[in-house]
Amino acid sequence: MTPPGDVKVDVQGLRIVLAGGSADVVDGVSFQVRSGELLGLVGESGSGKTTVALALLGHVRRGLEVAAGRVLVGGNDMVKASEQQLQRLRGAEVVYIPQDPASALNPALRVGTQLKEVLQTHRQVAAAKRLGDPKARLQQTLEEVGLGTIPRLLKAYPHQLSGGQQQRVALAMAFAPRPSVIVLDEPTTALDVTTQRHVLDTVRRLCSAYGVAAVYISHDLAVVGSLASTLTVMYAGKVIESGTTAAVFGRPAHPYTRRLLRAIPSPERSEVLEGIEGQPPHPTRRPRGCDFAPRCPLAVPACSDGPIPLISLPGGHLVRCIRTELTTGPDVRDPLEISARPEDRDTQLRVSGLSARYGTTEVLSDVTLTVGRDQCVALVGESGSGKTTLARCVVGLHASWSGQVQFRGQDLPPSAQQRRPQVLQAIQYIFQNPYTALNPRKTIGQIIEKPLHHFYPSLSRAERDERVTSVLSDVALGPDFWSRYPDQLSGGERQRVAIARALVVSPDLLVCDEITSALDVSVQATIVELLRHLQAERHLSLLFITHNLALVRSIAQTVAVLSLGKVVESGPVKRVFERPENPYTVRLMEDVPKVVRGEQQSRLPAPDPGPR
Amino acid sequence: MATTPGMTVPVLPARRHGGWAAILRQAASLPRGRFGLGVLGLVVAVAVVGPFVAPHSATASIVAPFASPSRQAILGGDLLGRDALSRVLNGGWVLLAMAAAATALGVTVGTASGIAAGYLQGRSDGIIMRTVDVILAFPQLVFALLLVSILGPTVWLTILAVGLSHAPQVARVMRSATLDVSERDFVKATELLGVKRRRIMAEEILPNLVSPLMVEIGLRLTYSIVIIAGLSFLGFGQPPPSPNWGIMINENRQGLVLNPWAVVVPAILIALLTIGASTFTDAVARVTIGIDREAEAGALPALVAGEDP
Amino acid sequence: MSLNTAFASDVAPPRPRAAEPHPVIRLVVQRVALGVLTLGVVSVIIFAATVALPGNAATAILGHSATPAQLHALEVQLHLNRSVFDQYGSWIGGILTGHPGKSLANGMPVWSIVGPAALNSAVLVALSGVIASIVGVTLGAVAALRKDSLFDHASSVLALAVTSLPEFVVAITLIILFATVVWHVLPAVSLLAPGTYAWANPRELILPVATLVVVTVPYIIRMTRAAMVEALASDYVEMARLKGLPVRRVVVVHALPNAVAPVVQVLGLTFLYLAGGIVVVEFVFAFPGIGQSLVNAVTNRDVPVIQMIVLLLAGFYVLVNIMTDVVALLATPRRRLPR
Repeated sequence: MTPPGDVKVDVQGLRIVLAGGSADVVDGVSFQVRSGELLGLVGESGSGKTTVALALLGHVRRGLEVAAGRVLVGGNDMVKASEQQLQRLRGAEVVYIPQDPASALNPALRVGTQLKEVLQTHRQVAAAKRLGDPKARLQQTLEEVGLGTIPRLLKAYPHQLSGGQQQRVALAMAFAPRPSVIVLDEPTTALDVTTQRHVLDTVRRLCSAYGVAAVYISHDLAVVGSLASTLTVMYAGKVIESGTTAAVFGRPAHPYTRRLLRAIPSPERSEVLEGIEGQPPHPTRRPRGCDFAPRCPLAVPACSDGPIPLISLPGGHLVRCIRTELTTGPDVRDPLEISARPEDRDTQLRVSGLSARYGTTEVLSDVTLTVGRDQCVALVGESGSGKTTLARCVVGLHASWSGQVQFRGQDLPPSAQQRRPQVLQAIQYIFQNPYTALNPRKTIGQIIEKPLHHFYPSLSRAERDERVTSVLSDVALGPDFWSRYPDQLSGGERQRVAIARALVVSPDLLVCDEITSALDVSVQATIVELLRHLQAERHLSLLFITHNLALVRSIAQTVAVLSLGKVVESGPVKRVFERPENPYTVRLMEDVPKVVRGEQQSRLPAPDPGPR
Repeated sequence: MATTPGMTVPVLPARRHGGWAAILRQAASLPRGRFGLGVLGLVVAVAVVGPFVAPHSATASIVAPFASPSRQAILGGDLLGRDALSRVLNGGWVLLAMAAAATALGVTVGTASGIAAGYLQGRSDGIIMRTVDVILAFPQLVFALLLVSILGPTVWLTILAVGLSHAPQVARVMRSATLDVSERDFVKATELLGVKRRRIMAEEILPNLVSPLMVEIGLRLTYSIVIIAGLSFLGFGQPPPSPNWGIMINENRQGLVLNPWAVVVPAILIALLTIGASTFTDAVARVTIGIDREAEAGALPALVAGEDP
Repeated sequence: MSLNTAFASDVAPPRPRAAEPHPVIRLVVQRVALGVLTLGVVSVIIFAATVALPGNAATAILGHSATPAQLHALEVQLHLNRSVFDQYGSWIGGILTGHPGKSLANGMPVWSIVGPAALNSAVLVALSGVIASIVGVTLGAVAALRKDSLFDHASSVLALAVTSLPEFVVAITLIILFATVVWHVLPAVSLLAPGTYAWANPRELILPVATLVVVTVPYIIRMTRAAMVEALASDYVEMARLKGLPVRRVVVVHALPNAVAPVVQVLGLTFLYLAGGIVVVEFVFAFPGIGQSLVNAVTNRDVPVIQMIVLLLAGFYVLVNIMTDVVALLATPRRRLPR
């Protein structure tokens, strides 16, 4: 591998606070990126990573201000630069690729206009760098990102393109000016696994072809791991660990990083997931000492005494922790015992030949699957595969379907309104978005109590209260949650309430519709483990819908793979994941990004000494 | 898997879910809310207390027509020589009462139809919205005039006419808000229990419509005042000799040069009424926009703007 | 697998669906059909309302002292002895063929009363609407661009205060200021006889137009400001800034087009409002317009005139609604072009 080039990004002690105050959103952040290098900036919600990303373009959002530090991009101080200087640099020297291309592209302007205006605005800078004719460069870039053959692309409006195409337009907007620095803000979050893989490949290829210094922000360690040569982990606004990808994955030194890695499911092994209880501290409520200490299993009183310095470990590996002597060496998880069970034991749910429509479009064809007692069946697929529709048909939220859905041997009518109370009680549904699944105007107690009230109207108040308290503790929420309102709870807590609400009437089948998609990885792990325990305790059947393939291995015994409304493959999890038969499944398994524990080879190809 | 002992989960303050009472309180704490409430309160006080403190009768002539202000008649005389001050003090409460009643009627009918149209959809939605379109094809004042021209200007008819002319607009707003709310998962969760739709509308949906409802009430009240005063002004309010701020403005116009106070004072009072009402409504709107925006962001409400959720 | 075929599943070229009618045309046809239907229902309501009059038109004209024979004769003349449906049919037929009947007050053809009045009011509405739109949109846009400045705060507060004032209050205030008490520069009352045209004496247009403008501008300012602020705060505007585009381009090319649709709705509402607002304003200034005619007709229970005017206003409403919807659609590519 050729040695990396000059330092193009140099962040020194960056501190960003809430305007007019001292509550810090980002504090003491420093890192460097050379041309040809890709740095992964990793963190969960509230870590401050997007704030740092925007600072690289000299931009702070409303309500924030830079209190200290320098951000040097290509030698220019982005913090002190004037509006004019920033304008010259943005879009030419340093570019930004947003998380959600759909909202970053102007719906009222044609795609061509938005692509050309960047080049038009910076044509003088481009001429100085002798980059050649902007039109030709644009065409070349479009081909490089894979949009070259789409007719009339330039005349289209953003809403006429798919999500993947929109993101590739964003890539073209970024690479066409041939910048020296690229800031990518979780650009593949909204994309399917396969599209994501292509976009990542494109990014990797173009970065190395043009010797760009790239900063890739993400919460998805698996994705970042496949791209980045160095990683910087952020927590509560501070850098808590940084080093080569191999070192951070192989020998994670900070307890948070170790716990985070333990929370990430792997598509290659069935392992117990461990989440991290609690939440990161709010900017106005940072503790004295280590920010992670309240949640850290290795914390000692000394951790809370004062600010923790960055400690150097061999190989340029930095960690902000005073307990690192306990964290050397790779971290191994317990393998999970998810034994395959015989298929027709005590079938609870049987779906046969189900076909469903939305209006005149058929979204499901001839789907067949069964879920037995004590069994978890995972339903996976990309967006548009019909998996959510299937869940809704099973539960009766979507009624235009034909075929058969049998619960405990009884045929179910298509719509929930036609079903008997016993059935409605026995099949419970948990929604994807914890922020809309609970009525914001009711207390947690009232929310959980409602199904109880409905199905068991004759219960006394005391009996009802007792059941609610009991189910709250089952989901690890104390009785003080009773009188709180949903907007006082975090996403993970709200999802637990949703689970409690489902469980309080003692159902037999739980249909979980992407219940962790809106949650951080560490929170997702706690929810999934909770569900596993509850399933075992109560002998529940679980129909678990997800697009996250890796997650399936940590919860399900059987998996059904859906593509465009059809079940293309199904069977025991181990078999389907390790020896997939259907070509679609094969490709899916290949495209899933994986975190390799232990020593990780960087997958960056050698930089191409091509035309530059 | 129990919570790690000794770990404190920060509890965010319960500031946003006291419902309409909390919204009113918050609105009243904003500067414009205080202003609006103050002005409104002042005029309401004049209207309500007025009849009891008026120095003279509202219908007896005591001075010359359009007499200038004197010790006997502080605001001078109106076109028939009646004490302008006494007429002003007596002329407000009917207007307020009618406006309040018309608002209540319009909001109730409009909300019920709007929620039904938005939640039940299908045929109910079609019927309700087509009716809305038809009524909305008339300007509010013209609609009221039409009814008045047929059946004569009585208090109850005016209330009915103005109230009904509010209903479609309220229905539209509440329907659109209902469409929003009924798509949310917690409504579907309740449907999955098998709860009857009427109960869902009342118990799940309505409590979540408090924000737009309060803003609409404020707006409708303001418009009610404007329209009813306008009807009186045009001569379609209460018959003479009843004092009524709208009537006073019209009937004393001719003497504007001689004694402007008979016109100016009731005009100022009506103006203050509408300014106060609309300012306070604006304060309420600001409070609810803040609430809705945070709820929509779907993130921890206390996260600072700009921090990624 | 070459790069381009790899994305084959992802490729969805924007192809116009030839089978489906163009969304704009479809919307126009839909709205017009709906509008005609609405007008039909409205006409029935208007007619039914007048039929519900206690005592019929004949009694209203001749008074209670008329003999039955006189009443009967007038009823025949006014076709009141025929069935309700018949009457409705002849009324509608009359309107559609251009003969809406005769006024009950003075026996003149309805159209000779309503026609010129409608024209005058049209001038009033058009002038007020256009001036208010230009002033309101400009001030609102400036306020949004200078958000949180003194100009913004001042215009906000002023707009809020004025926005809900009843027209007659504004009219009286303007009269007091400019016509009678403070200064005497403008006529307080129009001296135009009914039947003459508004532009015969332009000075008499000034106060009525000013009143209507004052009443409608604040709302336009506030809504324009809100639409612009929202567009300026959007993700795509932030992205435009991050691309290093100059400020002017960001505002004019990126933010403004997205504010057009909501602003058009507001302007449409303004014109609708004006149609009702002219009633009071014309009354105050004795302006010979349709509002004045309506008030007179209501006072005199002049049924045919009332019917005609209300029908005209309803027609105007429907027309403005259609136009607003169409323009808003044209301004929103997302709704205009199928995926």
